[in-house]
Amino acid sequence: MTTSVSIKDLSLSFGNVKVLESLDLEVAQGEFIVLLGPSGCGKSTLLNCIAGLLDVSDGQIFISGKNVTWDEPKDRGIGMVFQSYALYPQMTVEKNLSFGLRVARMPKAEVDARVKRASEILQIEPLLQRKPVELSGGQRQRVAIGRALVRDVDVFLFDEPLSNLDAKLRNDLRIEIKRLHARLKNTMIYVTHDQIEAMTLADRIAIMKNGVIQQLADPHTIYNKPVNLFVAGFIGSPSMNFIKGDLSGTTLSVDGQANIPLGNYQFANQTNGASVLGIRPEHIVVGEDARKMPVQMESEIEIVEPMGADTVAWTKIAGQSLTFRAAAEVHLEPGQKVLIGFDPGRGSVFNAASGNRI
Amino acid sequence: MTTEAISSGFSTGPTATTGPRGPKPKTVTIGRIGVYAFLILSAVFFLLPLWVMIVTSLKTMPEIREGHLFNWPALLTFDPWLKAWDTACTGRDCNGLKPGFWNSVKITALSVPVSIVIAMINGYALSFWKYKGSELLFGILIFGAFVPFQVVIYPLIIGLSKIGLFATLPGIVVVHTIFGMPILTLLYRNFFASLPIELFKAGRVDGAGFWGIFFRIMLPMSVPITIVAIILQVTGIWNDFLFGTVFAGRENMPMTVQLNNIVTTTTGIREYNVNMAATILTAAVPLVVYFISGKWFVRGIAAGAVKG
Repeated sequence: MTTSVSIKDLSLSFGNVKVLESLDLEVAQGEFIVLLGPSGCGKSTLLNCIAGLLDVSDGQIFISGKNVTWDEPKDRGIGMVFQSYALYPQMTVEKNLSFGLRVARMPKAEVDARVKRASEILQIEPLLQRKPVELSGGQRQRVAIGRALVRDVDVFLFDEPLSNLDAKLRNDLRIEIKRLHARLKNTMIYVTHDQIEAMTLADRIAIMKNGVIQQLADPHTIYNKPVNLFVAGFIGSPSMNFIKGDLSGTTLSVDGQANIPLGNYQFANQTNGASVLGIRPEHIVVGEDARKMPVQMESEIEIVEPMGADTVAWTKIAGQSLTFRAAAEVHLEPGQKVLIGFDPGRGSVFNAASGNRI
Repeated sequence: MTTEAISSGFSTGPTATTGPRGPKPKTVTIGRIGVYAFLILSAVFFLLPLWVMIVTSLKTMPEIREGHLFNWPALLTFDPWLKAWDTACTGRDCNGLKPGFWNSVKITALSVPVSIVIAMINGYALSFWKYKGSELLFGILIFGAFVPFQVVIYPLIIGLSKIGLFATLPGIVVVHTIFGMPILTLLYRNFFASLPIELFKAGRVDGAGFWGIFFRIMLPMSVPITIVAIILQVTGIWNDFLFGTVFAGRENMPMTVQLNNIVTTTTGIREYNVNMAATILTAAVPLVVYFISGKWFVRGIAAGAVKG
């Protein structure tokens, strides 16, 4: 597998504020990488650095094997799609698509051929003579993608492209972007704060916080084996339950009220002391199924949230709040006493002081 | 009341069908009548001077001496207008306002585009191509808007005469351009700052440079704000008196200066009708600009303020 984008020791600071610090990232040819994180984590800044729209303070950027650290955006072989679409309002869709090519003084026949191809792929041929104001949000974003498409670039950069769209359109375009990637097989780097987009689109997700990549892995690993408390809490909705306690050997004692045996949990780096057990709501089972689980306990339901497909219930164990997901058919109501159970082997254990997985 | 009505919690009594429904009827109150009366009175009050100017300019001198200030002229005459335009005396020359009008046209026609083009480029560079110290430069430029003109007139005279531009047409154009710069740059910078920065980034990714982005993306978008700038500059430069007197030179005296000379020339009797006609003629250009562009002006300001 060849490397498409390679970022080495990248730092960026605005005055005294360090936005990115010694960041390394290798993106393989044809890979779909999602940069995910809360706002202000530096993910958009990183994308702007790759695009060449921001000058870096230190480090190097390679695209397709070429050091582009000092190159202009147009010479980097990238196309970029912005959250606000950034279509040129006074130009028709056709002119919007061909703008970059016309700036590069490409022969007209070639320009027309490329615009035609891109508009076919994105199914925007009937819109070519319209102005951006006459388009809907989804159509605008499609034109914006087309603008990157016509330039025949190696790498596509997406800066929260779906955040301005309504929920339904967002789902439709998400599928379309996935389809586009399957068809074109270009390298794509995609910035978002939406974990659903990240989970569904990415080959690998890079979760960022304070300008540092916390974990870079495929969605399955990110979801099931988060490396630290931040990643564990950021991914998943409703978010992972955290049960604070004191670990000694393979037993987590919770405020002296309950002892949870972590029997089949595979420790990577067992450390006694203050620890946090993370368990996803859907890994907790209720009722008869709970009897088969290694850990079982009685608890009283506080709130029930029916979601349609399933039901989320809130309860407490040893004074700490806990949510679990039950099938929609299971009847639950506040005040009801239920037996819940889970398998610690599917959970994650973190050291409370460092926040790292143990 | 039936038990069903209680359990459903809704009353089905007569109020449900006879209560207020649809748009609230508008009533004419005393307060509203008062507001309109006040507005009409104020309008009349502010229009009265204009009325006096128009009727006086259409009267003969003997009729003016009768002192009926607000009356419609008994003997309608357009001679004062012709005299004001063609033969009124300013000092020794008796050519009316005509030469001043054409001088003002020349000064305005040159100063407006020059100042706007420079301000546009300034505003564009200061919003999108920020460099070390660009904010400071902008701050200094805006500070210029607060400097009283009178303070810099003397240094400007010395400077312009050193490079041979004092009392010439290019000289007065330079002066108007300099003094228009702070407010126009502010106007354009804020307009460009209100555009999404992604538009600029998209232009760069598409390979356009400083001028490419300026001419092909930003310029076509700045039509509304440019109309505002043109109105500001045309009225400002046309109405200018101070710079015209000082910097234009005898050859290029603008209309306002000439008007002043006509009105203050005191050989013989004071011809009020000619003075009124001359004043209306001078004020006509900015008035016309306002009337034909009022809609654009409001639209431009709104567009600049909200989106772009």
